[in-house]
Amino acid sequence: MNQPLVKVQNLTKVFPGIRALDDVRLEVRCGEVHALIGENGAGKSTLVKILTGVYQPTSGKVFLEGEEVTFRNAIAAQEAGIVAIHQEASMFPELSVTENIYMGHHVRHPKTRKLDWKQMRKETQELLARMQLSINPDTLVKNLSVAQRHMVEIAKALSLDAKLVIMDEPTSALTDREVEDLYRIVRQLKAEGKAILFISHKFSEIFTICDYYTVLRDGQYIGEGRIDRSSEDDIIRMMIGRSIDQLYPDHTPSWGKEILRVDSLCQLGAFRNVSFTLREGEILGLFGLIGAGRSEVARTIFGVDKASGGTITFEGKSFMPKSPYDAMKSGIALVPEDRQRQGLILKMSLTHNISLPVLDALSWKRSVTQKKEEETYVLDHGERMEIRAAGYHVDAETLSGGNQQKVVLAKWIGTEPKVLILDEPTKGIDVATKAAVHEFICEMAKRGVAIILISSELPEVIGISDRILVMHEGRQTAILDKSEANAESVMRWAISTEEMDNAW
Amino acid sequence: MPGNTIKKILARREAALVILLVILLIPITIRSPQFISARNISTILNDMAILAIVAIGEFFVILSNGIDLSVGSVIAFTGMACGLINEANQAIGAVPLLFVGMGIGLMMGLLNGVLVAYGKIPPIITTLGTVNIYRGLTFLLSGNQWVTAHELAPSYIAFPRVTFLGVSLLLWIAFLVIVIFYYFSRFTRTGREIYAIGGNPTAAKFVGVNESRIRVVVFVISGTLSGLAGALWTARYASAVNEMATGFEMQAVAACVLGGVNFAGGAGAITGVVLGTLFLGVVTNALPVVYLSVFWQTFVQGLIILVALTLNTLSDRRKHARLLAQRRAS
Repeated sequence: MNQPLVKVQNLTKVFPGIRALDDVRLEVRCGEVHALIGENGAGKSTLVKILTGVYQPTSGKVFLEGEEVTFRNAIAAQEAGIVAIHQEASMFPELSVTENIYMGHHVRHPKTRKLDWKQMRKETQELLARMQLSINPDTLVKNLSVAQRHMVEIAKALSLDAKLVIMDEPTSALTDREVEDLYRIVRQLKAEGKAILFISHKFSEIFTICDYYTVLRDGQYIGEGRIDRSSEDDIIRMMIGRSIDQLYPDHTPSWGKEILRVDSLCQLGAFRNVSFTLREGEILGLFGLIGAGRSEVARTIFGVDKASGGTITFEGKSFMPKSPYDAMKSGIALVPEDRQRQGLILKMSLTHNISLPVLDALSWKRSVTQKKEEETYVLDHGERMEIRAAGYHVDAETLSGGNQQKVVLAKWIGTEPKVLILDEPTKGIDVATKAAVHEFICEMAKRGVAIILISSELPEVIGISDRILVMHEGRQTAILDKSEANAESVMRWAISTEEMDNAW
Repeated sequence: MPGNTIKKILARREAALVILLVILLIPITIRSPQFISARNISTILNDMAILAIVAIGEFFVILSNGIDLSVGSVIAFTGMACGLINEANQAIGAVPLLFVGMGIGLMMGLLNGVLVAYGKIPPIITTLGTVNIYRGLTFLLSGNQWVTAHELAPSYIAFPRVTFLGVSLLLWIAFLVIVIFYYFSRFTRTGREIYAIGGNPTAAKFVGVNESRIRVVVFVISGTLSGLAGALWTARYASAVNEMATGFEMQAVAACVLGGVNFAGGAGAITGVVLGTLFLGVVTNALPVVYLSVFWQTFVQGLIILVALTLNTLSDRRKHARLLAQRRAS
């Protein structure tokens, strides 16, 4: 084949404490739809951000049409012809289609130097016609459907004369009809000789539209190949590849009675027909790729979001919490995914953070705080989590990610929950802290706490869970027992489009 | 270790304000020694007492990541109401009027709070509306008339100046408010929860803090304290005027900002607010001493706010840079 349009060689990107990309390669040719495949956290977005000039590589080279390039910022990458289609992030809802398309590269009248809206409108019309879209260039973007916005983004890329168009999960919010439309346009771009880097978790899509693929895992290049010469199994094996070599704490399940029963739980637009039971002391893993709806299920059980259908039975009684406060009072705790945004109050001291959920119990007549009781309590629970800090009086923002996570966990031990939901508890923390978190989970289970563990780390989910509920795109595809769960079976269900029949 | 402790104390906004105050006082005193006479100091303190009361209310709203622009109008309405009641029935003296003021202020704050918490209207918009509504109500209530000194009962007018143990009642009241709310902010669950909601509403909700309740509470505190301030205002200035306390919200906000209260919520302390108020008072009083006309007063106040905010931002940025470096190192 001819010389690749984009060639990435030995690319490495190091963030403080983490190697996001390690010696990665990638080659994309003109007229090719290239799938970039990998689990959550495999390094796909980092790679895209380097290609589009958002990040600079720590080492390694990027070639465009045979010449080495370095993009100092996103605009430089755009000018060179690499454009990423973002999900709405870069749209201006209050401006028209034309204004959106020409934002940042307005056309000026050659003589008067005034913005030449007439010309821009004409060109927009031509672009839209070329894409066979019936969108009025004067429509405000906020009045367009999600799919139409996507098309406008692509039109913008065309107006920039992009050579490489990067699409990150372009179909996640589209209906089947709209997906067909997108395919048509992707094929047209391909016919025009553009290269497309296509990031998707959906194998059906990858096999329909892509020609070539590259697989990343844990920031490393694993392999590449032609789609028509590979099978799903080949690719899955490349995605999960690693052996489960990490040691997980010995967890012998000692289950008590059923405490939580979720039956056909639905939330419009997020997930549907999720059903499972949970016993005291049981660890239920919740696995799925991005967009599977795992966090949404957790948020609904915890009363953050409302269910649109289905029932929850908690301790034998019907249960539908109206707020987190409701759920907490009943004995359900949620350790949210985003520590900095949802888990901690960064400007507060560790003491105040840890005592916050139980402040009423620690206070005299539930209203006046008592310093001594509070400090004893915090010391007790903080030491169990082995938090490393200059003291408990320092603000939470001064700690490292791993120690922050320990603070979040310490905060919840004392609430003595009956059901503990952990959303990505080991995301972005070092190995030692990870082990501490795993130990914490097993210890809680031993004490009879029922645990729902949401994690994108396959080995972690398989290593600790007693059973694993697998989701794909808001649907429950399987519940696997520990004995039948291995990396391959779990991943197979995570990309499966089959819906599980509604039976345990 | 002691060096560290000193550094920690110096790093606090309160220390910086005290040092600035001393630095400011030296040239002023050289120029006009009577500035630090007992008499003048007592004047400054009495002048600032009402602002301190209102600023403490404003403090809790800002702490919850809100702002209350209606305090000046609440003062005007309650002050006018107290004036009219006292004019109509001189037997109703200062103490009942203080409670009338607080009651009316409470209701006005409650309306603000309910609109913010349950109507989900941003605080700045809500109070931008009510600042005008409450001011308009003041005009309606008075029929655009004033209540002048000789229409008020002498005992009401004298009330703030009555001294107890050598200190005026006005100061005693301000002192009481400071102590009560210092305690409230540091040692009660609700106080802690205000910090939590201001610092990170999402995280606070996840641990079961009732956000709506907190939003109502802060506006009720602000309204009630402004109502108290209104009743005192009419007595201290011996008249009730429709335009009274116009723009006072800006002074209250200024005192908070000067005192190191984080404008995005979640951080700050009553001690800072009190010192911020004092600082504003000294500057305002010192202007005539250095032969600057009182017309410069608002100009200088604006300048101080800008400098204080810039300092807040700069020290925040430095702190974050340091944190990042620390984390990289570890």
